Amino acid sequence: MALQSLDIKRRSATTTPSPSQRQTQEVLKLIDVSKCIGCKACQVACMEWNDTRDAIGANHGVYDNPMDLTENSWTVMRYAELELEQGKLEWLIRKDGCMHCAEPGCLKACPAPGAVVQYSNGIVDFHEENCIGCGYCITGCPFNIPRLSKKDSKVYKCTLCSDRVAAGLEPACVKTCPTGAIVFGSKEDMIRHAEERVVDLKSRGFANAGIYNPQGVGGTHVIYVLQHADRPEVYCGLPRNPSIGPMVELWKGAAKPLASLGLAMVVAGAAFHYVTKGPNEVSAEIEKEFEDEK
Amino acid sequence: MTNHWVDIKNANVILVMGGNAAEAHPCGFKWVTEAKAHNHATFIVVDPRFTRSAAVADLYAPLRTGSDIAFLGGVINYLLTHDKIQHEYVKAYTNASFIVAEGYKFDDGLFSGYDEAARKYDKSTWAYEIGPDAFARVDETLQHPRCVLQLLKQHYSRYTPEMVSNICGTARDTFLKVCEHIATTSAPNRTLTIMYALGWTQHTVGSQMIRTAAMMQLLLGNMGMAGGGMNALRGHSNIQGLTDLGLLSDLLPGYLTMPREQESDYQGYIDKRALKPLRPGQMSYWQNYGKFHVSLMKSWFGDAATKENNWCFDWLPKLDKVYDVLQVFELMHQGKLNGYFCQGFNPLASFPNKAKIDVALAKLKYLVVIDPLATETSCFWEHHGDFNNVDPARIRTEVIRLPSTCFAEENGSLTNSGRWLQWHYKGAEPPGEAKPDADIIAGIFLKLRELYKKEGGAFPDPILNLTWNYMIPHTPSAEELAREFNGKALADLTDPKDPTKVVLTKGQQLDGFAQLRDDGSTACGCWLYSGAWTEKGNMMARRDNSDPSGLGNTINWAFAWPANRRVLYNRASCDPAGKPWDQKRKLIGWDGSKWSGADIPDFKPDSAPSDGMNPFIMLPEGVGRLFALDKMAEGPFPEHYEPFETPIDTNPLHPKVISNPAARVFKGDMEGFGKSKEYPYAATTYRLTEHFHFWTKHTRLSAIMQPEQFVEISEELAKEKGIKAGDQVKVWSSRGFIKAVVVVTKRIKPLQVNGRIVHHVGIPLHWGFKGIAKRGYLANILTPFVGDANTQTPEFKSFLVNIEKA
Ligand code: SF4
Repeated sequence: MALQSLDIKRRSATTTPSPSQRQTQEVLKLIDVSKCIGCKACQVACMEWNDTRDAIGANHGVYDNPMDLTENSWTVMRYAELELEQGKLEWLIRKDGCMHCAEPGCLKACPAPGAVVQYSNGIVDFHEENCIGCGYCITGCPFNIPRLSKKDSKVYKCTLCSDRVAAGLEPACVKTCPTGAIVFGSKEDMIRHAEERVVDLKSRGFANAGIYNPQGVGGTHVIYVLQHADRPEVYCGLPRNPSIGPMVELWKGAAKPLASLGLAMVVAGAAFHYVTKGPNEVSAEIEKEFEDEK
Repeated sequence: MTNHWVDIKNANVILVMGGNAAEAHPCGFKWVTEAKAHNHATFIVVDPRFTRSAAVADLYAPLRTGSDIAFLGGVINYLLTHDKIQHEYVKAYTNASFIVAEGYKFDDGLFSGYDEAARKYDKSTWAYEIGPDAFARVDETLQHPRCVLQLLKQHYSRYTPEMVSNICGTARDTFLKVCEHIATTSAPNRTLTIMYALGWTQHTVGSQMIRTAAMMQLLLGNMGMAGGGMNALRGHSNIQGLTDLGLLSDLLPGYLTMPREQESDYQGYIDKRALKPLRPGQMSYWQNYGKFHVSLMKSWFGDAATKENNWCFDWLPKLDKVYDVLQVFELMHQGKLNGYFCQGFNPLASFPNKAKIDVALAKLKYLVVIDPLATETSCFWEHHGDFNNVDPARIRTEVIRLPSTCFAEENGSLTNSGRWLQWHYKGAEPPGEAKPDADIIAGIFLKLRELYKKEGGAFPDPILNLTWNYMIPHTPSAEELAREFNGKALADLTDPKDPTKVVLTKGQQLDGFAQLRDDGSTACGCWLYSGAWTEKGNMMARRDNSDPSGLGNTINWAFAWPANRRVLYNRASCDPAGKPWDQKRKLIGWDGSKWSGADIPDFKPDSAPSDGMNPFIMLPEGVGRLFALDKMAEGPFPEHYEPFETPIDTNPLHPKVISNPAARVFKGDMEGFGKSKEYPYAATTYRLTEHFHFWTKHTRLSAIMQPEQFVEISEELAKEKGIKAGDQVKVWSSRGFIKAVVVVTKRIKPLQVNGRIVHHVGIPLHWGFKGIAKRGYLANILTPFVGDANTQTPEFKSFLVNIEKA
């Protein structure tokens, strides 16, 4: 990661200035929901590239499987059957996973120095060796993405294949997607492509087609083309206006000047919790704290 | 496919019907997205279920399973009554103007010549009227009451939108919308492509469903065009190769046909197949049959095949009937067949009525299974609770399992749906004792030959004389086999126009099938594949994807049969004067002295348009057949017949003839078909994207993606039956039951058919009692033992079941 460390723009719970010498391009993954056939090849590619394997589960009366994101499934397809217009059935299939926010709630919430990083290309990555398993990032995430592993008490999520991207490759899901529903490239190119897709969808009768690139988190480095951009929630609960919780914002703002002291205490506290109660409870507790603050 | 995968991007309208390309062919499906994105194509899906393909379609129309001929017949009627056909094309390139013999009749569901007792037709009246010049008579004005166009109009006039809606359950408006989109492609500069698969073949009228669509394409002028054609999506990476190389019981390689019992005379056998032109100036390419056949015999039997012994014609088995899989298992079931080699397939899972297959296998003395996996078939004798409820103590069949490699563990070529032979290289060493199939067969052959040599036997000649010149006899390499099917010169070959010029010297690889001779001077293992491995080397391994025309016709990428041609019938992409119907999609054209362009002309390269040769050169009349003559078992025009298990107990078109009158039904099976009173729901089986057939339940990643067997029903049926999504249900037919989780979905809707509601039960087929996914029931426990009247492909797509909460 020596080279990648040069490209780290932000680190959780750290005030040391980041390197800024290298000039990299911002990247973006575009998921065109209107092209997705829900084949799950991207789910398979994700597990293959990252060497994770989820359990062989069960069928729960739907096509979704695994049913939710897990520490092994960093992306899952979510299937929604809808009749938004009388008599016109739609099967909206959304690939769920980390959105790689420009203003990442996870990074802001994380108390462990350098456990969550953001690269200059926009990818938000977890450096699990620094993760203390407190689960703050889970609470901080407006999209409910990170998952805590029971095995090693670390949090996992989509890395946007930061390892592949650093070597000039596209993410594994992009490489494998048979329909071109997922494409990857520079931010400008992808936005332009997304705009073209919206024009096409409008010509096919989707008057409210549009791009999902929510500004509440500063925009994302994974964006969607949606047939019904006016109703993101119909895509299995894609949040309409995601934003970072006020507690996270507040905590981050206040903590900065007191960084070293405050952080040391939080880390120590979390570590204490971890040793005595285990990570899950800590995260539940913290979650409650956040909720109470709201 | 008459066209190929990449060519789909050239279509203006794409119809997926009788298949679910997004689900079963997700990689090839990218060309649909391409057509939508760059050609602004309209994508239509017609299917009993709102499928993964439908999820990205512009228009979806539901229809009842098994009613496709009614739907497509309705489209034909629409095109004819709304005058939406490509007139010039229909007149010049189809048999619309041909006059049908007197005596041909269609009446109340039956064509002329039906023999009820034999369930067969005497097809002598399904013919053209032949003039004194021995050519078929035509009426260029298309007005003769017995000309094909008039008979066609008459036949399909019954298929009104109301009738379609009544039989298919498709709303009239939706049906008409589909018709309108399809009709736009009758313009010479617009094309429709049709992508279909087993959703059409697996019916007792499967071949006729495909024919109806092909007739529609002829009427629209879409055959031979870039972005048009009839595109069969093959369900296995090399199943196209399997049929091409003749691995069907009534075929020889390259679609040459096995002689029948009454064909003991060699010349008679050839003459019957080397058809003379039925119209003046036509090519009738099968006139070359003898060259293909003799070269095949030379390839098999070398010096032993001579003119004097009719190239070993007597050594070929003569069929008393077709030994398709249903026939073979019927014989096994009757105890008349007691040894069985099963290579690369899983009959216990893949054939209908598992209970019958179980009984049949148990009657064998021995069963040899050659497969990379421990298939259900190879374990048919194991007890697995309800999943495989047999008593091993009572099964005496000796099962021998010979582990084979899978495609990634060997070199070779795979022939894709688009007829491309693509070479591939070994990616890994096979595990354990697994061996390539060729090695296993070679081992068996060499042992047999040794025994015949030693012991003589009743008929040793073909075995003892079979050519076996492989460098290492017990491991014929893929390269050697490929060179063999390409063929070579057995003597110096001279130019027929200039006998002083030697084109190939003895021993050289042939350039293509045009060089084949019927005098024994060439050998060729499969004429269609000739050109794949020439003196220039392995054409299948070529990887130049340059595409000068922009039509995706990359003729230097791999090799396509025949003759590296990418779009079949491409002569029909030009008008009779040799000018492309649409300059933008020019495949070939007449340049004043020859045909040339982005593709290899499917035509005599120097035949000027003024010669009047027609584009469908494989047929003796040179034109596409709207009227199929005697080529189909159940009639020259496709007619809607109900599945053998019909949910409506009648055929609204002719209640006296309900199901295919020419389909073969074995004794005992007819009585066993379920009736709608006990089994009220229309069931259909299908694949899911997450799995490949019965293989990938052995693969962890695929098992994670779809771990457990399920069936699908509508919300309405679920409510009626008190079933919730995720419940366990029992589904049973007259042949057995399965239990599975239920998916309750809006994607299946009850349909209003002939005055009643028809519910569908969808049954994905991937589970069984072997593998690492959750154990499940073989879907073919439920399916009926009856097949298409022409191909005998089982009716897996339409049968009856009942369902209850388990
Ligand atoms: S691989 Fe592409 S088409 Fe398949 S599920 Fe993923 S995004 Fe959709």
